[in-house]
Amino acid sequence: MTELICIVCPKGCHLKVDEENGYKVTGNGCPRGAAYGEKELVNPTRVITSTVKVESKQARRVPVKTAGDIPKSKIYDVMNELNKVTVKAPVQVGDVVIPDVLGLGVDIVACKKVAE
Amino acid sequence: MYDVAIIGAGITGCSIAYELGKYNVKAVVIEKENDVSVGTTKANSAIIHGGYDPKPGTLMAKYNIQGNKYTKELCKKLDVPFKQIGALVVAFSEEEKKTLEELLERGKENGVPDLEIWDQKKLREEEPNISDEAVAALSSPNVGIVSPWEFALAMAEVSVENGVEFKLNTEVKGISKENDVFKIETNNGVIEAGYVCNAAGVYADKVNEMCNEKTFEITPNKGEYYLMDKSQGTLVNHVIFQCPNEKGKGVLVSPTVHGNLIVGPDSQPSAANDVSTTREGLDFVRTKAVKSVPGINFRESIRNFAGVRARTKMHDFQIYEDKKNKGFINVGGMESPGLSSACAVARDIVKMLGNSGLSLEEKKNIVDERHIDRFKHLSHEERAKLVEKDPAYGKIICRCETITEGEIVHALHRPIPATSIDAVKRRCNAGMGRCQGGFCGPRVQEIIARELNIPLAEVPQDRLGTNIITGETKDGGAQ
Amino acid sequence: MKYDVIVVGGGPAGLAAAVEANKNGAEKVLVIERDQELGGILNQCIHNGFGLHYFKEELTGPEYAGKFIDMLAETNIEVMLDTMVLDVDENEKCVHAMNKKNGYMKLEAKAIVLNMGCRERTRGAIAIPGDRPAGVFTAGAAQRYVNIEGYMVGKKVLILGSGDIGLIMARRMSLEGAKVVGCVELCPYSNGLNRNIVQCLNDYNIPLYLSHTITDIQGDKRVEKVIVQKVDEKNQPIPGTEMEFDVDTVLLSVGLIPENELTRSAGIEMDPATSGPVVYENMETSAEGIFASGNVVHVHDLVDFVTAESQKAGQSAAEYVKNGETKDQTCIAIKNGDGVNGIVPQKVRPSNVDKKVEVMFRARNVFKDVQIKVKSNGQELASFKREHMAPGEMEKIVIPKAFLDKVENGEITVSVEKVGA
Repeated sequence: MTELICIVCPKGCHLKVDEENGYKVTGNGCPRGAAYGEKELVNPTRVITSTVKVESKQARRVPVKTAGDIPKSKIYDVMNELNKVTVKAPVQVGDVVIPDVLGLGVDIVACKKVAE
Repeated sequence: MYDVAIIGAGITGCSIAYELGKYNVKAVVIEKENDVSVGTTKANSAIIHGGYDPKPGTLMAKYNIQGNKYTKELCKKLDVPFKQIGALVVAFSEEEKKTLEELLERGKENGVPDLEIWDQKKLREEEPNISDEAVAALSSPNVGIVSPWEFALAMAEVSVENGVEFKLNTEVKGISKENDVFKIETNNGVIEAGYVCNAAGVYADKVNEMCNEKTFEITPNKGEYYLMDKSQGTLVNHVIFQCPNEKGKGVLVSPTVHGNLIVGPDSQPSAANDVSTTREGLDFVRTKAVKSVPGINFRESIRNFAGVRARTKMHDFQIYEDKKNKGFINVGGMESPGLSSACAVARDIVKMLGNSGLSLEEKKNIVDERHIDRFKHLSHEERAKLVEKDPAYGKIICRCETITEGEIVHALHRPIPATSIDAVKRRCNAGMGRCQGGFCGPRVQEIIARELNIPLAEVPQDRLGTNIITGETKDGGAQ
Repeated sequence: MKYDVIVVGGGPAGLAAAVEANKNGAEKVLVIERDQELGGILNQCIHNGFGLHYFKEELTGPEYAGKFIDMLAETNIEVMLDTMVLDVDENEKCVHAMNKKNGYMKLEAKAIVLNMGCRERTRGAIAIPGDRPAGVFTAGAAQRYVNIEGYMVGKKVLILGSGDIGLIMARRMSLEGAKVVGCVELCPYSNGLNRNIVQCLNDYNIPLYLSHTITDIQGDKRVEKVIVQKVDEKNQPIPGTEMEFDVDTVLLSVGLIPENELTRSAGIEMDPATSGPVVYENMETSAEGIFASGNVVHVHDLVDFVTAESQKAGQSAAEYVKNGETKDQTCIAIKNGDGVNGIVPQKVRPSNVDKKVEVMFRARNVFKDVQIKVKSNGQELASFKREHMAPGEMEKIVIPKAFLDKVENGEITVSVEKVGA
């Protein structure tokens, strides 16, 4: 039995995950908590938010995120990829900044509109 | 080659510069830091004392009385924030009442006007938030509050307009004399001058000993303070002192000229450059202050700071021309009431220089006034006019203190330009409010970088080397 | 020219209030924002976790703000950027504002909504002793440098306070290559969300020192060393527990304070418990026709709740423009009882309550297995069970209108009691 704090939402449910019984999760307030509990023990993942350089008169950086979860172990590898790119304004929310980053099957997308 | 070199750009050095600016004298002020007024001048109680405290017959007594009057005159002329709010020395016992009588007598002997003793009833009427334990007070209506750094800056700026030079970031390393010329060795080369005024504050003994025999010793003494939010600024109407006793002068509670409340100081021997605050010091100040004014809400603290006093054993100003070394004038031991006395001392320094042989020919068209646009003190109509004239006054940068971009830009282009965020603060109060520059610091930093055409990362918080930014994101720093 | 509603502040609260006022019939709405863009503090909160309640999806701060900015763009709401409100005049119902382009302006409105947000407590507010070198930042100031300006503010960092911004910045600085050596919290519990302890500290092996505080900051020009000590139950440092950290940066996450300079100078009644204005059930302040919502009223944990509260304020402002003042001013005061602090709203006019009133507050301490009791004149009106309460988590209870009708002496008290008490 492993005790975890759910990070799916700000509620922070106290989960108990029973590895020996098919990762049965208790203490969760919603189904997403159950999914998190199992995943956190089997293959922990995170969404990464950061910024990349942008060429614009309005801003020097534009916020970005991984459009989905990436393995926790790849966080710093992805950060390194973000250091390498500079996007050109205009930027729209959702614009793909890096497609399929490091072949993880997840895009890096822009989170903010930036004018030229 | 200069006629006069003034060492130190605190209130004393700036006062001398201001007075010398009135004459056809080639003068230079040498300051080791990157701005004027950044030593003791910027960290003290900010009081223009009445003159009832110093022992009769001392230089302190003489110059305090003269300085009290002259400061008022100068602050008006040079547009320096000053308010004559009067002081009350509060007694908490019958024994302390006797001290009030002594102070009253001493004050009369020194020539302090309008002193009177208030009974508890009168004290309560005038100061409703004073402690119930306070039984009487000595009232000294000539006491004022001032912005010490703005006072020093104003005199420095006007002196620059009158031809005095300021060499900042220039530290004196040694002084020698050859053929009646002082050779002042600094990190920026040798400066030559016919006369030297040593106004080096807590380092005045060291500077004196660079070319003279030891005649006085500074034993630096640190005092810690609380500065409170404006919410506390109206708790008292006067400078509230406690009775001096064998343990010291007690802790004062006073409105500041900017509308805050200042509480302090304690007193501890320290190194000359030690301006750190301590838990013990701050605890002491809090405990003592609530004795006078129990209602101070210390959760409304916005800043703590410490200042170092240039104390001597003689406990009097050390103002004299060196007996063996003609032309070398010490202005040392300028502890309290140094701020109150400096401008009066400076007038006498000029006389001493004259007596020592300096030719004092009055300049014809001198600048002897100054005006600063302080947006927040203007009426709606005046504000509208100012913004119309210069749109930069239409943008508020410091939200807490309502300071505009126009005022900040102006601070960067005055006779002694600000080169750091704190230097801007000293000139126009941006960052002095309750958020302490949290919002406006980075904006001020940008304006400094833009106006002085330097990289953002090179803008210091205060002294040279107090840089804020350590690099850029996305430079590959990730592990 | 007179506006129906002027909204002071273009952060999440102001955006929601403006959109909602407009939706509810206010024709001429103006949003005044002092920054050069709308969105407020959300623009620098580039982490995710916003919007789960309101948009039912997990968004970053800029995305959440962006959705509201887009909504606003589809209306005829006017926006003034780079514009500072200098005064709110309660009597004349106008605001004095200023910008570089238009100069000094006096703008009249039928209703005003105050949405100025909050600001951070500083080093001076908590009197941390020591030297005064560069390198001591509030976490939010550092966040702006890093996320918006793109500058790093330090290489080796210690964080004081376990508020959410501090925790978020611990992760952010780590991701950008800084070494975060620890997070120091005075309380025996964390003041941030549990999820942030997990994903911002634990993920990056950053130790959390509960019941500790900074007792000295050392450094001539830049921070060089920080001394941390354990504290006793009275929050006094325990001698002999000193730990030294060689860091160049200290980030402070030691609390937020509603920013009410304008509110105070307008003479609006304030509540010392929240540091915000006293508000009625419809977010109206003591000044008729002046409303307030979001962090200017009380500091929220979640922007979704700021949005909800501000929609209420915006709607109320529109209704005020339409119908004028509340006719029946009969009012019930809601008081902080044992274990409860910072109740909002502080006053309820039952005539304005449709079915129920939502009451928000914070627990004064960490509680387990307790009941929140709503009482009037000693009589229990309602009770709500809670397994866990903490000061770091805003509580919300719903009081049905029917209960308000039972109130006798014009006052109800909310308190926390042990189950069975």
